[in-house]
Amino acid sequence: MRLRANLLIGGTLTAGVLAMAAAALAWTPHDPLRTNLRRRVQPPSADFWLGTDEFGRDVLSRLMAGAVTSVGVALATVAVALLLGVAIGLAGGFLRGWTDRVLGAVNDTLLAFPGILLALGLLAVLGPSVWGIVLALGLAYTPSVARVVRGTVLSIREREWVEASRALGNGEGYTLWRHVLPHTAAPVIVLATSLFGWAILAESALSFLGLGVPPPAATWGSMLAGARPFMEQAPLLSIAPGVMIALCLLGANLLGDALRDLLDPRDGP
Amino acid sequence: MARYVLARLLVALPTLLLVALAVFLLLRLIPGDPAQLILGDAAAEEALADLRRAMGLDQPLPVQFLLWLGRAASGDLGQSITNGQAVAPLILERFGVTASIVVAAVALAVLIAVPAGMLAAWRQNSLGDVAAVAAATLLLSIPSFWLGLIMLLIFGLWLGWVPVVGYVSFAEDAWAGLRFLILPVLTLALIETGVMIRMARAATVEVLRLDYIAHARAKGVPERLVLSRHAFPNAFAPTLTLVGLVTGGLLGGAAVTETVFTLPGLGRLLVDAIFARDYPVVQGVMLFVALIYVMVNLAVDLLYPLFDPRVTAG
Repeated sequence: MRLRANLLIGGTLTAGVLAMAAAALAWTPHDPLRTNLRRRVQPPSADFWLGTDEFGRDVLSRLMAGAVTSVGVALATVAVALLLGVAIGLAGGFLRGWTDRVLGAVNDTLLAFPGILLALGLLAVLGPSVWGIVLALGLAYTPSVARVVRGTVLSIREREWVEASRALGNGEGYTLWRHVLPHTAAPVIVLATSLFGWAILAESALSFLGLGVPPPAATWGSMLAGARPFMEQAPLLSIAPGVMIALCLLGANLLGDALRDLLDPRDGP
Repeated sequence: MARYVLARLLVALPTLLLVALAVFLLLRLIPGDPAQLILGDAAAEEALADLRRAMGLDQPLPVQFLLWLGRAASGDLGQSITNGQAVAPLILERFGVTASIVVAAVALAVLIAVPAGMLAAWRQNSLGDVAAVAAATLLLSIPSFWLGLIMLLIFGLWLGWVPVVGYVSFAEDAWAGLRFLILPVLTLALIETGVMIRMARAATVEVLRLDYIAHARAKGVPERLVLSRHAFPNAFAPTLTLVGLVTGGLLGGAAVTETVFTLPGLGRLLVDAIFARDYPVVQGVMLFVALIYVMVNLAVDLLYPLFDPRVTAG
């Protein structure tokens, strides 16, 4: 019952945000970057459904364009974290010995920095740009992926079907690829869903601080930062981007819960 | 017990060293010459050479690391490039602000979340349970900086109960200081309540399934005591680990909340230093925050046996 509600609401919200981003790639009501100082901070009207911002840009168009930025950055971040994390986790869990010890020490060191701090430190080096954020957040999330993959690999590397593959004379690389890697899929998919939500939140937070996607690109975080001085005059400017971030996160969290119930054998029947 | 404490301390030590190495190397990745950064592009060649020698930049990298580590261990984190202030006292001053809101917020969150999560687990799948989980998931999904802005909008601008900008330290004027701290504390507490309710609930559900709980009930122990005396200690232990992670994370990562409420905290110091390319401050804050994070988690590990004595046996 709860599983179905989680899957339904989470799936709908996530699909909605993805659809919004896809739609914005093709069409927005107005140009999200087009400024017009004569119509700054206007209330909603027939022409501008959610009003205009501090530079006279259409808020609805910017919300839609912001979905492209957020979803794009989050997907790229998750891809980086999965690529590196799965490789490191597989190597550590399958080869064990010194490789595992060295990778484990690096992992533990990175996990000793609280989440966003590592990303902030990396951004200090990389400078604010879309790829800087993707790389910084991706590297910051890599250790958690590596840990999950390593744990799963360690728990199955001696199982019968892995032994059987070796006994048949299959090479270690083939065994790893064909008989170990697929079993890491379930926990990794669950984690990736959570990472997608975290990446959206982190990118918004960084953009809110001014360290994220550089202006004038539309992002929900920088829209919130820009709306701050007009909070009393135009509350909608502060409310709308936050609602988008919250819906996105709610979708990812509910979908993550549903997938965990479906895929994670630990809580299974 | 003594062996457990000693073992945990010994494990923390290499982690701290590696963390220091990571912070040192991270800031060395920045392209360009630190001396040039400090003196600017127009600096004379001799001045640059002098500064490089003074900073130890002419030494090989491992020697530089050991020199830096030695100075950091004795509390010398260098000077800020922007205003020449010593970094260590600056960090401690800002840390006081962050710590006061974080400690208050986490305490408040624990006081709300642990009883709520336990009661939800006790009446699993009841209407109250579903409502508690839904509320927790919703809180989990609200960005802290947005909740902060909305609270400022409602309580600051519309109702006028609290000041909207500025900061007065609690030490200067207790009442005025408190008014600046209410909203940031409430914001952080509400957000963290979401994670903690889910954790406390999940842990309690696990524990209530166990035989010793059924045994206690069969003996005729009242439900109130079954929950408080039998279930609570075991259910609280995993929550405590989460509390440690959350506290450590907030102490370093409350930058967005501090920005919303214009509080001069540690997170804000780091963000400003990144903007100003003030690398000694960035390096100092990162080292300090990682140190605090490791220490908080160490403290949690040391407290853990109080609730779950099984861990010391292993």
